[in-house]
Amino acid sequence: MSATTGAAGGEPIITLEGVSKRFGSFQALRNINLEVHRGERIVICGPSGSGKSTLIRCINQLEHHQQGRIVFDGREIGPHAHGLDQIRREIGMVFQSFNLFPHLTVLQNCTLAPMKVRSTARAEAEALARRYLERVRIPEQANKYPGQLSGGQQQRVAIARALCMNPKVMLFDEPTSALDPEMVKEVLETMIGLAEDGMTMLCVTHEMGFARSVAHRVIFMDAGEIVEQAPPETFFAHPKSERTRTFLGQILPHG
Amino acid sequence: MNYTFHFGVVWDDWHALAWGTWLTIQLSASAMVLGLLVAIAGALGKTMGPKPVRWLVDAYVEAIRNTPFLVQLFLIFFGLPAAGLRMSANEAALFAMVVNVGAYATEIVRAGIENIHRGQVEAGLALGLRPLQVFRYVILFPALQTIYPALCSQFILLMLSSSVVSTISAQELTAAANDLQSRTFRSFEIYIVVTAIYLALSLAFSGTFAAIRRAVFVETGKR
Repeated sequence: MSATTGAAGGEPIITLEGVSKRFGSFQALRNINLEVHRGERIVICGPSGSGKSTLIRCINQLEHHQQGRIVFDGREIGPHAHGLDQIRREIGMVFQSFNLFPHLTVLQNCTLAPMKVRSTARAEAEALARRYLERVRIPEQANKYPGQLSGGQQQRVAIARALCMNPKVMLFDEPTSALDPEMVKEVLETMIGLAEDGMTMLCVTHEMGFARSVAHRVIFMDAGEIVEQAPPETFFAHPKSERTRTFLGQILPHG
Repeated sequence: MNYTFHFGVVWDDWHALAWGTWLTIQLSASAMVLGLLVAIAGALGKTMGPKPVRWLVDAYVEAIRNTPFLVQLFLIFFGLPAAGLRMSANEAALFAMVVNVGAYATEIVRAGIENIHRGQVEAGLALGLRPLQVFRYVILFPALQTIYPALCSQFILLMLSSSVVSTISAQELTAAANDLQSRTFRSFEIYIVVTAIYLALSLAFSGTFAAIRRAVFVETGKR
């Protein structure tokens, strides 16, 4: 599978213009400009502390930016934007540490937001949840609690939980970093399945195999800046910046 | 020491003590339920409310935890009527107990909430839940589960300290005992029996709390 499907067409669903963010004296994001188009799949990589997580966390305002504009689907978002919850329900997010609700069953984890946020009837929400659990290939775990599942299973539930809100975009914040190596594959396969269905995705990850096979665009960040962005073939074969080459040299098996 | 026990007087008036015991149970159980509601509201205000609300909760908690229960009780029963709020002894007793346990339990529930991992809140918000919904559906239950043992100890203390309300003649176990004592002068026997009843009540409440925990907080596997 290569990055050929219509990624560039249409108006952007997410636009960032001159976005900056500081944590105290630490500059986490510097003047970020980015357009994400419908159906586009972007992988963001970079060294630890480069601002990649902060970037996607600003998109659903788990972090608030201090300068610049973020527009999602025609609506500007910010800390004081009205109906922040209404924007967030359109943006699915998968966390490094899964963050499933430990007191709810897998099924309840998936039906909570549809029922409380979208006022979906229980039966309908459960049917939806079972469909997505089927899709992430763990329908038989529906009545278990998160604590009874493996890490890989938990992360797949987390993906199903996000999908139950029918999001327009999915954000992945290092979804495989907390997993044992043997569980990384099952989560990546789930994500590849999503990509094949045309989901708009922004993934912060160091899984470069995933980037090669799925991404339309790979973005390299360092020190809060977007240093370089290119389609994966170009990005891996001919990185322009020295910082990108150094980084790739560190994470890829043979430089 | 040459004392002959006469428990006969206690048995003759057993129904007075039984009635007092029942009222102590009622009073304590009501104060526990209402106090928990106060505590949840207080902890919500303290952790998510705007600054004035947080300040108000702080003031309430500190005022109650740093003054004697007996004085709080007198203030409510003897003081409030001057402001036009007249209550029966039993109503004043319940009110004072709720106000008192509410403050202690607020701090306990708040500790439970602050123990919840930040990622839980973020996951709730990211799904589009509003902050109050996150509190209700994501935070509250695990928070209560964490602090349940501490809450139970506080409730047992509440039940025991309910004996203080006998001072305003609220009709509960200690008041019934005092009454019996003043009629029979068999203090030793009466208070031995009352002590045993309080001990039994504590054990019964503990047992009930354990049963509630098994029923409400299901086994959710390893974390």
